[in-house]
Amino acid sequence: MFDPNTASALRVDQQDGKYALDARNVTVTYNTDKGPLDTIRNVTLQLVPGEIYGLVGESGSGKTTLARAIVRYLPANGHLSSGTVKLGGTDLLALTRKEMRSVWGSKITMVHQDPGASINPAMLIGDQIAEVARVHLGMSKQQAQARAIEMLSKVRMPDPESVAKRYAHQLSGGMLQRVLIATAIATNPQLIIMDEPTTALDVTTEAVILDLVRDLLKEFDTSVLYITHNLGVVARICNRVGVLYTGEIMEEGTIEQVFKSKLHPYTRGLLGSVPRIEASKKDISLCAIPGFIPRPDQLPAGCVFAPRCELVEPACEEKRPPLVEIDSNHQTACRRWEVLQHDADAASGVCPARVTEDRELGDLVLEARNIKKYFPVSGGLSSFWKRDRTVVKAVDDISVRMRRSFTMGIVGESGCGKTTLARCIAGLEEATSGEIELEGEILPYSVAKRSRETLKKIQMVFQNPDASLNPQHPAGVSVARPLILLRNLSGKEVRNRVRELFEAVNLPENYIDRLPHELSGGEKQRVAIARANAADPTLMICDEPISSLDVSVQAALMNLLVDLQESKGTSYLFISHDLAAVRHLSDWIAVIYLGRLCEIGSAEDVFVPPYHPYTEALLSAIPIPDPDIKQDAIRLRGSVPSAMNIPSGCRFHTRCPRKIGEICEQQEPPWRDVEKDHRYCCHIPVDELRSLQHGFLQKKIAGSGGDE
Amino acid sequence: MVLTNSSKKQNEPKISRLSAKLKRLRRYPTTLIGFSIVILFLLVAVLGPWIAPYKYTDQNLAMRLQPPSESHIFGTDQFGRDIFSRVLVGSRDVLVVAGSGTSLAIFFGMLVGLFSAYRGGLFDEIVMRIMDVILSIPPLLLAMVILFSLGPSRLNVIIVVGFLYIPMVARVVRSVVLELKTRQFVEAARLRGESSLYILFNEILPNVLPHLAVEASMRFSYSIFLVASLGFLGLGVQPPSPDWGLMVGDARTWFHQARWVLFFPAGAIALLVVGVGFMSDGLRRMLLPGGVSDV
Amino acid sequence: MAGYILKRLVFIFITLLLASIIIFSITQFLPGDVARIILGQFATDTAIENLREELGLNRALHIQYIDWAGNFVRGDWGNSLTSKLPVRPMVMARLSNSAMLAGMALLIYVPLGIILGVIAALKRDKWPDHLISGISMAFVGLPEFVSGLLLIAFLAIGLQWFPANSSINPDSTFLEALPFLILPAITVSLTGLGYIARMTRSGTIDVLRNDYVRAADLKGLPAWQVLIRHTLRNSLLPTVTVVAMGIGWLMGGLIVTETVYGYPGLGRLLVYAIQRQDLPLIQAGSMIIVAIYSFSNLAADILYGMLNPRIRVGK
Repeated sequence: MFDPNTASALRVDQQDGKYALDARNVTVTYNTDKGPLDTIRNVTLQLVPGEIYGLVGESGSGKTTLARAIVRYLPANGHLSSGTVKLGGTDLLALTRKEMRSVWGSKITMVHQDPGASINPAMLIGDQIAEVARVHLGMSKQQAQARAIEMLSKVRMPDPESVAKRYAHQLSGGMLQRVLIATAIATNPQLIIMDEPTTALDVTTEAVILDLVRDLLKEFDTSVLYITHNLGVVARICNRVGVLYTGEIMEEGTIEQVFKSKLHPYTRGLLGSVPRIEASKKDISLCAIPGFIPRPDQLPAGCVFAPRCELVEPACEEKRPPLVEIDSNHQTACRRWEVLQHDADAASGVCPARVTEDRELGDLVLEARNIKKYFPVSGGLSSFWKRDRTVVKAVDDISVRMRRSFTMGIVGESGCGKTTLARCIAGLEEATSGEIELEGEILPYSVAKRSRETLKKIQMVFQNPDASLNPQHPAGVSVARPLILLRNLSGKEVRNRVRELFEAVNLPENYIDRLPHELSGGEKQRVAIARANAADPTLMICDEPISSLDVSVQAALMNLLVDLQESKGTSYLFISHDLAAVRHLSDWIAVIYLGRLCEIGSAEDVFVPPYHPYTEALLSAIPIPDPDIKQDAIRLRGSVPSAMNIPSGCRFHTRCPRKIGEICEQQEPPWRDVEKDHRYCCHIPVDELRSLQHGFLQKKIAGSGGDE
Repeated sequence: MVLTNSSKKQNEPKISRLSAKLKRLRRYPTTLIGFSIVILFLLVAVLGPWIAPYKYTDQNLAMRLQPPSESHIFGTDQFGRDIFSRVLVGSRDVLVVAGSGTSLAIFFGMLVGLFSAYRGGLFDEIVMRIMDVILSIPPLLLAMVILFSLGPSRLNVIIVVGFLYIPMVARVVRSVVLELKTRQFVEAARLRGESSLYILFNEILPNVLPHLAVEASMRFSYSIFLVASLGFLGLGVQPPSPDWGLMVGDARTWFHQARWVLFFPAGAIALLVVGVGFMSDGLRRMLLPGGVSDV
Repeated sequence: MAGYILKRLVFIFITLLLASIIIFSITQFLPGDVARIILGQFATDTAIENLREELGLNRALHIQYIDWAGNFVRGDWGNSLTSKLPVRPMVMARLSNSAMLAGMALLIYVPLGIILGVIAALKRDKWPDHLISGISMAFVGLPEFVSGLLLIAFLAIGLQWFPANSSINPDSTFLEALPFLILPAITVSLTGLGYIARMTRSGTIDVLRNDYVRAADLKGLPAWQVLIRHTLRNSLLPTVTVVAMGIGWLMGGLIVTETVYGYPGLGRLLVYAIQRQDLPLIQAGSMIIVAIYSFSNLAADILYGMLNPRIRVGK
């Protein structure tokens, strides 16, 4: 396991030595219609050989621009207007365009965010790695091919020879990311820039890739500039971290220093915004940062964070505070860092829980029994005469029960069927079989056949804020329609109610007339929540409602959901791939793998051993923004099998790290009760699992929750 | 529906958006040129008979094939008719025939596309296959064969143009609707029990309109092409109508000795077609997401 | 892939079937009576009635259709009403002339269109792009008879570089025909050139926006490698389809161009047939054009599938 201490030692030793990357006082200027605009201001990044430097920031913080400026690959209207960039002593700014090309791909390499899009779909994988070796290492065609295969085995690619002869569309996302990493290390570069390399991947795949990156660096003496929005990932693999906000570094230091002392209110805000796997809404609430990231043409004169800062005082707004060194390597741009240092509470980033009392479990609201949803594979005319239909078993016999004023969280990786299940319950997808019972009434499968009363009771908040509002309708119209249709309100009542609903989701009244493209992602999602609430539903289905948003916006929305539930008693079906978010919001959690439940129970119990081996793998994979929490390294092999071709016996057996033998391949596992409210589906008995697993959450949950 | 009484406020961003778009347009000189040409031709079509110095049918055999002069700025044709007047009045023919044909195609194509995509399933499959069959015959050939049977007349040309371009419009509309249908605002509407017609016409259609506008401008340009070609082949509007295609067709006999007989009607067609094309490009830039860069 | 081609062939069969029904039934709405057309205005009613009987025109329409379609498939395309000669050799001779013209046009506009399109994409929003985009837009919309006659006026009559008329002997060899082919080929090319240039431009711009092109740049590959291997290999894919589909679409353009130049191709023959109300000629000519149109679409799809690894190699 990674030890941050060696990293800081490394840094101190080489303080005066040569930096792998030495970028000083970099300012990036864009020429816009309104004149020049500095999007990166005076940023210094110094990486020593062999370290992984994490650059974190929300969208709009300028992290990708900074990386592009370092490699001198800015769009035509942007340029590095001041500062120096040196790579191992070479002044990159003095190089010609052509010389720069010989640096790219050999001394500096990059790993991009979306592996599927970063690989040429029309070229063999092997050729794409080999071309780097040919151009930069002067290898012959055969040598380069051999190098490509060697690199593919270095990144632990199963069967590298055959992968080299495949095309991008034949590989999974995780494999593609390995290909990119293999390309990046093929020339043994001094610096690798990784730009959100795992953001597009599932959490179990992400964990495998992160392990790989960390292990490879032990072998290759390369520095990594690791760009991400995910604080957990930073805590997992980086030695040092810089927190970027609107193009300026707010705080920089080792992982220990930054995550523990948090000497900038923005760092504190970010960490406070992230839901914690060890604490639920009953323990703490999230500390969302108020306000928005200012646009680069509307920056405040003083500290850029001042407008959103709780500790702001007049002096903060006068001039930009410089970075001050507090400790060796630890710098902050906050004038009032001493306040933060001495006020443990302010620095802890913990806000008191919004849920005041333990609620009694309410009566049963929804019971979905044995829901199955099979999609036919072939479409078009041929499906009308074809007899042997192959089907995708998206949901394969799932049952859930929900109570009033209660949140059921559903977790699973992409493609596990969680969204399909939700859509079946909502009636947007017609279930193939099963029963959906809402408050004692069996519902028709299709939303078109459901009564107005039923429609009123089930509403939904969708994943993609951009698609969930009609771009041609003002926000108010979207919210008003359910009032007119489902609640039979008339003119004036509708107007008043819309106003109330906007107020309830903390949107100002003048937003009622705005069109969606005039709203930010978080605001759109608030409108969507207001719309879902307009009908006063009994059950609100939230399908990844926060996934595409920045952490600080996520936090505000999660708090809003908690508040609304507290005041209205709505039940939520909350679907997410983010275990910590689910843990934070849910009373009850269901874990789904490949269309079937593998574990279900109360939120307190599910994440505490003994649990299903899949849950165990998920928990050990999630990146936790707390360097103190040590997770077991349980990694899943390969990728999720196709839902067209589900493995026999236990469907998890192909990837299960705790597979016990043939029984797993041949027999469907039984359900086993851990406690009254906690069951899992596995061949391994409860006691045996209990002795094998040691969870990291046990103690925290047994204790009083959010304390450190 | 206006939910608050501040309808003024609602308009402000729209105006500023429009002006921003117009500003962006300045970078595309062709778009401005296109719009100017189309507006010019529209004016000519409306005012033509009043501006025209002569009646387009007035023959004067004494003044046959006169080169451009002060009295006949575009010269005269083989019957001594004033070409300037004929070109002016002819613009009305082209715009009315091509415009009506385009409108027919857009209207029916929109309906076919909307319902086909929304219904989906076997219905969609059959409708689209029929459209494919129509598309598999070159439009000019099909137009020629149909007009040959129906007999060439202005109304028949309009009907043929309208019919021929239905499949293309339907295809475009269908693909847009198919994409919109899966958007979550449509699902939200289904969840609150909106009727299919409401969803189709209030949720989906407004988002199809920009695509339809671009499509209409493109179809218009193709229609002019087709109408003029049919006129040239003698299968369109019949003499003595001042149809440009017809005029160019007639000019073939005479342009060896009198080039102006060809130049002015041919130039008018070229100018209009290019203008509509540029306008269509501009509309795409303004109305469609990402259109600034696309075709 | 094989299954896909089979499916497409079935679809082409259905298309041709429906198209033949459409063509056959439309030509039944003829303003005049076929027998009267053949015998002229002054024929007696009995003579016409006898001929109708002889031609089988008194039978039910669907029987006439089946009869016609059966003969067509067997290669018996009937005799021309005007020249009394068998239709098939006539159509075939004209078809090969049209093919010559089309081939010439393709040789001109495909490479030129691709080059212009790529230049416009690389110089996007700069003056070369504005110029190329503007010109190609103009070319796309310009009817062939306008551009053709203007070319004749300038290049043939004005500068006397080329012959103004291409009404060559229908049996000329390629070399004999060559000087007469140039102007018509340029005329047909203009539209195609504009179209290919626009498609190539937008396809290339789309690809240039892709992450993998940026990634290829940042791999430090020489600029030409990035352009050819990573950009054009992907961006020309849709262009390939456009070119293949364009072959069928050329046939439409030829109708007008051949008329303008009096070139003895299939298009000129069709216009002639329509003017003379020569039914068998119209039917045969239209069916051939529809068939070429359909098969070039199929060729386009197959070519696309072969060049695109996503389709060629399954998961």
